[in-house]
Amino acid sequence: MAAFEMAGRALESRLILGTGGFRNLRVMAEAARASGAELATVAMRRVDPSARGSLVEVLEEAGLEVLPNTAGCFTAREAVTTARLAREALGTDWVKLEVIGDDRTLLPDPAELLVAAEELVADGFTVLPYTNDDPILARRLEDAGCAAVMPLGSPIGSGMGINNPYNLRLIVEQARVPVILDAGVGTASDAALAMEAGCDGVLLASAISRAADPVAMARAMRKAVEAGYEAREAGRIPRRLYARASSPEEGRAELPTRDSAELPTRDSADLPTRDPADLPAGDPAEHAPPTALEREAERARSGS
Amino acid sequence: MTVVTLNGEPRELHEPATVEAAVLAAGAPDGRGVAVAVDGEVVPRGEWATTEISDGQQVEVLHAVQGGS
Repeated sequence: MAAFEMAGRALESRLILGTGGFRNLRVMAEAARASGAELATVAMRRVDPSARGSLVEVLEEAGLEVLPNTAGCFTAREAVTTARLAREALGTDWVKLEVIGDDRTLLPDPAELLVAAEELVADGFTVLPYTNDDPILARRLEDAGCAAVMPLGSPIGSGMGINNPYNLRLIVEQARVPVILDAGVGTASDAALAMEAGCDGVLLASAISRAADPVAMARAMRKAVEAGYEAREAGRIPRRLYARASSPEEGRAELPTRDSAELPTRDSADLPTRDPADLPAGDPAEHAPPTALEREAERARSGS
Repeated sequence: MTVVTLNGEPRELHEPATVEAAVLAAGAPDGRGVAVAVDGEVVPRGEWATTEISDGQQVEVLHAVQGGS
């Protein structure tokens, strides 16, 4: 899998790990290693004198760098202060910017998010905003100087996957900064789908940390992100309503077709036909513009 | 004595009530991986020893914990 660049930094892994929800630091460290991730998000909270083990040290031992977030902030002001505190505590000016609108959905508050992004960019931060799957907002965040856009697939921790694949495609199509699917991934196929849809990476936590076997799920997610990326690069075949024979028509033997004439025969001409446009709009890939490879294959078929 | 609100709890600090003393009182002895805000303003580490807190000020002493979608 090719490395990608975010804010001038090359990252080998396209999976970013959130550290929320793990039972303990040991499982988290094992899962982090298995995921192959290089970045792990952390939240900023009040010091708890009874807490045991240093999260940052455990992550660093596992080979991951911390990416502080502003989780739990409802206003731009809180988020900006939290980012500044994280910079001071952790010595990084990268921040995963979260400004949420309410507790029930944890959906981003677009107005506050944009204000916070502008302030933090002006203050020298590398801002990675967790955003709604809204192409216009994504563009505004990019224009504000964010180093990536991180649209949700579905609400945080919901495991519902990608609720609006069409919007995700629009965001991917227009973005000139990396697009990281952030939140909503439930299982490996969701992560693969995000990569096939053109995302540069996937950020997830709950899908791994709350899985019955977090370490095994971390391995699965690593493979899913790689598989989705490689499948996209490989150029998928177009969807078709009818079968397309993969063995040659020519050179077929003339053999008796049946033992008795009693069984009725049916020819494909007898079958009702259906306009391919009636196909259910299931997967966005169906409506995707053809890739270079697909166009080439089409030219070869039409003999031009 | 200076009475401040330290991580949400009222707390008495001996004079001089510096940010450094508040960090100690909050239970972060070496101050590593910790950041402090007084009334919402970040106090850089280099100024902890010299910055005094007055009565009634809100002090937040934070560090990194597990979190993120």
